Amino acid sequence: MLIAAQCLLIIAFVMISLLFLVYGDRKIWAAVQMRKGPNVVGVFGLLQSVADALKYIVKEVVVPAGADKTVFMLAPIVSFVLAIIAWAVIPFADGWVLSDLNVAILYVFAVSSLEVYGVIMGGWASNSKYPFLGSLRSAAQMISYEVSIGLIIVGVILTTGSLNFGDIVRAQDGNLGLFNWYWLPHLPMVVLFFVSALAETNRPPFDLPEAESELVAGYQVEYSSTPFLLFMAGEYIAIFLMCALMSLLFFGGWLSPIPGLPDGALWMVAKMAVFFFLFAMVKAIVPRYRYDQLMRLGWKVFLPFSLFWVVLVSFFAHFELFGGAYARWAIGG
Amino acid sequence: MTLSTGYDPEKRLVEFGVGDESKIKVQNFTLNFGPQHPAAHGVLRLILEMDGEVVERADPHIGLLHRGTEKLMEYKTYTQALPYLDRLDYVSTMAQEHAYSMAVEKLLHIQVPVRAQYIRMIFSEITRILNHLLALTTHAMDVGALTPMLWGFEEREKLMEFYERVSGARLHAAYIRPGGVRLDLPVGLSEDIFMFTKQFSSRIDEMEELLTNNRIWKQRLVDIGIVTCEDALSSGFSGPMLRGSGLAWDLRKNQSYEQYDSIDFDIPVGNNGDCYDRYLIRIEEMRQSIRIIQQCLNNLPEGPVRADDKKTTPPSRKMMKNSMESLIHHFKLYSEGFLVPMGDAYAAVEAPKGEFGVYLSSDGTSKPYRCKIKAPGLAHLQGLDMMSRGHMIADVVTIIGTQDIVFGEIDR
Repeated sequence: MLIAAQCLLIIAFVMISLLFLVYGDRKIWAAVQMRKGPNVVGVFGLLQSVADALKYIVKEVVVPAGADKTVFMLAPIVSFVLAIIAWAVIPFADGWVLSDLNVAILYVFAVSSLEVYGVIMGGWASNSKYPFLGSLRSAAQMISYEVSIGLIIVGVILTTGSLNFGDIVRAQDGNLGLFNWYWLPHLPMVVLFFVSALAETNRPPFDLPEAESELVAGYQVEYSSTPFLLFMAGEYIAIFLMCALMSLLFFGGWLSPIPGLPDGALWMVAKMAVFFFLFAMVKAIVPRYRYDQLMRLGWKVFLPFSLFWVVLVSFFAHFELFGGAYARWAIGG
Repeated sequence: MTLSTGYDPEKRLVEFGVGDESKIKVQNFTLNFGPQHPAAHGVLRLILEMDGEVVERADPHIGLLHRGTEKLMEYKTYTQALPYLDRLDYVSTMAQEHAYSMAVEKLLHIQVPVRAQYIRMIFSEITRILNHLLALTTHAMDVGALTPMLWGFEEREKLMEFYERVSGARLHAAYIRPGGVRLDLPVGLSEDIFMFTKQFSSRIDEMEELLTNNRIWKQRLVDIGIVTCEDALSSGFSGPMLRGSGLAWDLRKNQSYEQYDSIDFDIPVGNNGDCYDRYLIRIEEMRQSIRIIQQCLNNLPEGPVRADDKKTTPPSRKMMKNSMESLIHHFKLYSEGFLVPMGDAYAAVEAPKGEFGVYLSSDGTSKPYRCKIKAPGLAHLQGLDMMSRGHMIADVVTIIGTQDIVFGEIDR
């Protein structure tokens, strides 16, 4: 009973923040472009996302004649459900976690790897050329960048000595506030992680699977109504999850940046909002990579760099260099 | 989705590396690109033959916006035919009116007053900025940068306001007419245009900050769609597409018309003939246009704005109310139109997209016997296959963007 309530609480949190994330994304994007953005529905257009969601739900579901109906309908469900269930292991504050897995990172990683299936299934089942090309691209892209994300996380795991998010955050606690967090020792990886997260969630400049000017909308071309809504919601939830991972892994999760101020879930949410702002700004500023450039960046730049970092961190950690900054399990927090 | 019935075990063997390879034939993937495609710039339909993501052949299918402009003009008087020119390339309207008016003036052997020539130059350059703003920002949008477009359109709005103040229309101005321009500049307009030119270069700077040195933008544009100078010439390219390949050919300098030879300006020329060069050229052309506009405004002489020829230029409203002769002229000019002596004439201007030419053939009546329009975009689109062969599908979009295609003028 308690578990069900907790599940519901997390889903409610994710879904409500989703509504305002979409709104915020559009507002930030509009501000950069000197537009007003949504400003009609509700005060300052705050209810725009609600109106959009309702519109999607009441519309007719169009299934293309040549599509494989089962897979076609399954694909958005897969990507939405997988995006949601990853939140089960994300702690919002000390102990505020649905399932305190000791292999939480592996779990998140496994779930986000599975997310590519939604895209591939959608692209294949549409039985149309643009979705097909889009899903081929996304399969290659998401897998490539997962490798480097995985290696970046290995560095953090080595430093902490645990796969549990709670332990990772607690290891970043200290007297120096934000200077205790992992962003300082793992600085180059923060950038790499952020860029890989953009690629992993198909955000610009890596939005090739749905590149509007090339593939129209990629794997989403044939989708309408609620299935499309699920795809889009899944995408935003995945982005938000990446924001959560950023704050947990490198920016101390729920810890207060200033020593003396109380820690708490609000810090976590604030940090996630900041990273989401960065996601939105990137979308407004950069052009899109080409497919081969994207793969080159993933395999020839990010992979060697993150691999090298893992070796370096293990070296630092083993010999407890830099005052044990890379071996917090050894110095006890 | 059903499995194809042509399942051939032999093929499967070849795919796994055993079996006779000569028995199978790999077929290319054909993609129908457009006409309803966000990067098709209107109604371009491309049949792309692709090997994976690589384009083997790009076959443009045109004609979806064909309205028979040239034929329609044969049934209109010279005055009535003018607005059709606006509707060809609807982002550089005045440049086309300009070419047409010049052709008519050639046939009529009339001289345009100097003030009108300056006004024509000012608005030709405003048109160039209008066009390049659209071309560059939609090009950026094709490559995935969505913000420059909104910034550029803010400036286009100001420029279209100048159009509106001078002609009453934001887009289809019908302002440059045979014999001069429709009306003199309204009070205060030249000051406002000058104010615009003063702030506009910093707007270009802002746009350049987003693009010019952006790594992704450069990666997407440098060495894409290379056109050698020979290829450009043999394909009939003109405008930035030709200058990007290194040839300094600009009709404003090489076949100077109006007062362009008294104006000091430079022609930017590219080195590599790739999309990035053409991007830089368009940016620089906007800056040069500002220079031209400022010089024109500073040297703008006093005087009439239409040729002093009662048989081609309609009289003023005031004259018409007082003079019988003017009333008759007015009636004849707006019913029959002016008579154009028999002959042929070709006039071309350096439109923002390239050489825009009008060939007029007159049989001595008040309607053109034949009008042939030379649109730069058509030649550029023909070069699409040559430019995009061997590139990836994303590059085709970049190349369409760099060609600055508008279908109004291609399909006519």
